[in-house]
Amino acid sequence: MTTVITVPPSLDDHSFEQVLEQVAPLPADAKILVDARHARWASPYGLTALLTLAQTRTERPAFAVPEQEETASYWARAAFFHHAEALYDLHGTYPKRRDLADSGTLLDITPITKSEDVHNVVGRVQERAQSIIKNELKLESKAIMGFAMTLSEVCQNIIEHAGQGGWVAVQSYKWTKRLGRRVVVIAVCDAGLGFRRSLEMTPGHVPSARWDDASALEEAVIRGVSRFRDRGRGQGLAGARNYVGRWNGKLAVRSGTARISIVPAWDDDVPLVEGLAPFPGAQVQVIIPEALAGGSER
Amino acid sequence: MNHIDISSCLRQTLACDLYSNLVTRPTGAAVRGQIERLLSESHERALTVIDFSHVSMMDFSCADEVIAKLLIRYVSDEAPQDAYFIFRGVTEDHRDAIETVLERHGLALALELGDGVEVMGVLSDAERRVWDASYRLGRAPASDVANQIDADPEHALRVLDALCRRRLMMRIDDEYVVVGTARG
Repeated sequence: MTTVITVPPSLDDHSFEQVLEQVAPLPADAKILVDARHARWASPYGLTALLTLAQTRTERPAFAVPEQEETASYWARAAFFHHAEALYDLHGTYPKRRDLADSGTLLDITPITKSEDVHNVVGRVQERAQSIIKNELKLESKAIMGFAMTLSEVCQNIIEHAGQGGWVAVQSYKWTKRLGRRVVVIAVCDAGLGFRRSLEMTPGHVPSARWDDASALEEAVIRGVSRFRDRGRGQGLAGARNYVGRWNGKLAVRSGTARISIVPAWDDDVPLVEGLAPFPGAQVQVIIPEALAGGSER
Repeated sequence: MNHIDISSCLRQTLACDLYSNLVTRPTGAAVRGQIERLLSESHERALTVIDFSHVSMMDFSCADEVIAKLLIRYVSDEAPQDAYFIFRGVTEDHRDAIETVLERHGLALALELGDGVEVMGVLSDAERRVWDASYRLGRAPASDVANQIDADPEHALRVLDALCRRRLMMRIDDEYVVVGTARG
């Protein structure tokens, strides 16, 4: 029997939880059909998380592509179907990527499996990010280098801790619904070990009385703890946290059943959410918004 | 004096030479390996310019591998040789990563600027005062440094020796000189 998993019309980090809630009760080998026919929009997080979802299934899942031509075209240009073909049995029609114009995104969905991939990603993004951060987000030029550093560090998180490959995508768009301003968004998702299991590999690790996904995220994201004894480890996410703080952005990291966020004043998210539907690996989202005229937020 | 161009080390490290970014921990470790190999070919006591002029960007992980671990090795009691470093071509784009890793490890380095030398990183107040005085004086004995800051000579001597261990000053005979200000 195939279970239909409905993708909400607008797919972002929050609404993706609806997808996970449907999948959570099912065993990994259950046959599922991920039904995106009525999807109209997806954030980079939504698209990379859908690919990641397929990697958590032992039985190859099916996927019904968005019916709306514009949506399917956008997903195709972002390389979603290009990668999804290897992970899902796709149903429905969608344009082939080679027939489409450049997506105009900062970085189409890109697999990250080794260090060289990070060099490639940073090199590809750098030039376009420069123009977008300066001209569209109207941030100081200092923000450009920090953006590339943050991208590099969150991608390395996959290689260092996931134990398997993951996905990255970077897009710039006007976030009308929540902010009414332009944003640049980095999404990095993997279906690997996750933070709790990674930290449990620390030599001599003794779990505290309350040791769970949430406390593992607090250790890693807030206190910069790494599974490696090397004192220099753990600086990557700390650097990303400092960067979003400096530019009034948002950092959200989900792993297992918890999500931790560095929440700016413009957002009403909660800093720590526990008891989410379980999802392997780690999923990171960085949002950097356009500066307000006069810099009144900072 | 030796000169090590980090972008050359980077090109030798990566399979292709398309990128001028110092990113990822494995890349940083490989670049540091190149630096250490070049240092091992130099004299027992050597001042080396570590040149970042052609490096576009550097992330935290790479800064930790290239800079922090290099310094940690050469400030330790088991340093393979008496090596001193002056860092050149460090721009605003590199500073954030470098300052972060220096702070994390309690390290400091000498930075060559257009018009002189600056210390970046963690220094105690006493170290800062002695370094500033030595920088103004040029090559000088400990007693002159003590006079300059109106301090006890024994105290000045202790701090100067500590700065030498941290690779920020060099002792030449009975005199001290700030790294990067004299080619001693």
